[in-house]
Amino acid sequence: MTDNKLINLINISKAYGETVVLDDLNLYIRENEFLTLLGPSGCGKTTTLRIIGGFETPDQGKVIFEGKDISKLAPNERQLNTVFQKYALFNHMTIAENIAFGLKIKKKSKNYINDKIKYALKLVNLEGFENRMPDSLSGGQQQRIAIARAIVNEPKVLLLDEPLGALDLKLRQDMQYELIRLKNELGITFIYVTHDQEEALTMSDTIVVMNQGYIQQVGTPEDIYNEPKNAFVADFIGDSNIIASTMVEDKVVNILGTNFPCVDTGFGKNKPVDIVIRPEDIDLVKPEEGIITGRVTSLIFKGVHYEMEVMANGHAWLVHSTDLFPVGDEVGIKVDPFDIQIMHKPTSEDEEAVELEE
Amino acid sequence: MNVPLNVKNRLQQKRKKDHDRTLKIGKSNNIKLLSFPYIIWMAGFIIIPLFMILYYGLTNKNKHITLENITLISNPINQKALLLALELALISTVICLLLAYPLALILRKSHKRNNSFIVLIMILPMWMNFLLRTIAWQNILEKTGVLNNILSLLNLPTLNIINTPTAIVLGMVYNFLPFMVLPIYNVLVKIDKDVINAARDLGANGWQTFAKIILPLSIPGVISGITMVFVPALTTFVISTILGGSKIVLIGNVIEQQFRLGNWHTGSGLSLVLMVFILLSMAILSKYDKESEGSHIW
Repeated sequence: MTDNKLINLINISKAYGETVVLDDLNLYIRENEFLTLLGPSGCGKTTTLRIIGGFETPDQGKVIFEGKDISKLAPNERQLNTVFQKYALFNHMTIAENIAFGLKIKKKSKNYINDKIKYALKLVNLEGFENRMPDSLSGGQQQRIAIARAIVNEPKVLLLDEPLGALDLKLRQDMQYELIRLKNELGITFIYVTHDQEEALTMSDTIVVMNQGYIQQVGTPEDIYNEPKNAFVADFIGDSNIIASTMVEDKVVNILGTNFPCVDTGFGKNKPVDIVIRPEDIDLVKPEEGIITGRVTSLIFKGVHYEMEVMANGHAWLVHSTDLFPVGDEVGIKVDPFDIQIMHKPTSEDEEAVELEE
Repeated sequence: MNVPLNVKNRLQQKRKKDHDRTLKIGKSNNIKLLSFPYIIWMAGFIIIPLFMILYYGLTNKNKHITLENITLISNPINQKALLLALELALISTVICLLLAYPLALILRKSHKRNNSFIVLIMILPMWMNFLLRTIAWQNILEKTGVLNNILSLLNLPTLNIINTPTAIVLGMVYNFLPFMVLPIYNVLVKIDKDVINAARDLGANGWQTFAKIILPLSIPGVISGITMVFVPALTTFVISTILGGSKIVLIGNVIEQQFRLGNWHTGSGLSLVLMVFILLSMAILSKYDKESEGSHIW
């Protein structure tokens, strides 16, 4: 990854009738980056991708690609390719013809095309599928063909619109690793759209969390997970305990009536904030060793860990732990200061969404 | 009872399964019963008449088996009527296709709400009786009809369309156009928008996308549209009678006359010849048509 800005979205706005889908969006994508647009349905992530691909025109704003404004170019005039959600293979053509489609239009030589088909099928582990029809392939195979069809054109950027959405869990996980491998082998930029936070955390260099047409946070997977900027991000990425609290002074936060030490400064005195604590960051200890005490109210075995709910200070704390505490036990709750993430409280719904870019 | 418990359970389960199965069969039998009225209808008015045509076509008045009814097609008048019918049906089908395809494309692109309005306008004439519509065209095209009245009011030369093949083609196109538009429209709207986007994305311009993606994917609809226009156009005798006058005789008119004159054998024989042509054209078309589109509008 370099610092070279390959794509720059400037002040993009888009509305369908009365519904505003994107409002003054600014975002840049670096060369050779795996960037994921993550958010719930209707957050504008797919629209953003389609604007980059040229299938939608923004009402306002510009799409800059390698320093040139491409906002008005048709999709076939842009140096990027898309992998669509439902594969969008050409069912009246064989696999080889599907993959060759873009190359034939560019009038490449027969030998070149044949080599490329072989290369692409090898890359997606589907050698020998040249003469099959798309109908005869499974969903996962069709998706790989869709990827092969896009990458033979050697795009600088590959746009992927929830490409794994239609696959089952196991296949999806396999394909995630496959995509990372592909990205590394090809050395091109991937822009990936998903609503699956785990998928985003696994694959991305950069995650862009979106909600209601606004960017909520941009950062590495670690940043997004460990230091969510607001309650939406914290809630959307992984399980979390989000509690309205008060910042008493620097490095002290009052959570549900008890003062906890933390590491954050600069919030002012007695300011209302939201705090987030990840369930795996809560240590359950003997009652006398905890900062506060509570009672275990539920226990579920999740495979890797136990998921427990602890009632303490009137709040149900979600705890993940490999140690088992049976329901009804009294336990102490301990949290390390650096595991408490303090977030500004939004004063209005607008502010919740606006200006988090810094 | 010293049957082990698990065996007993299994027996019970099996009995329950059998019971379920009989229930299911009973249900599907009930559903089959519902199709009975139609089967009677089909037998009485389609299958039996077909066999009667076959019988009459292959026999003479003395009930001897003969091919003379069929060879009557080589009679110059009949041959001319068949060739003209084929020619006019072909022309009408091509014109319908040329009109319908762009319309179906426009319908696909336009907004859903406008769509139902355009489709309504298309269908609206079909709510009127077929004969009435054709007679209306007669009134429009007549020597002193609506069209010529308007032309002479504007001091333009009048046209002589009525009782020409042109009038018949006009009537056929007018009557059968919806049967071409609907099946084509139906396949076009089923093409996933992202399939077209994918073609554009891979570098195809508008024309290439149409030629390589939209057109090939719409062939089934085109095929059923052609079938639904060509067959009725080939066999019509009403349109040619009303708009073609007595001078232009299509094979449909010949067959109609034979039945009117009581020559059931000749009429049936010529019908069989016509049927061969229809089956032949359907066989050629069905080669391209894997899934039959548009049949649902019947």
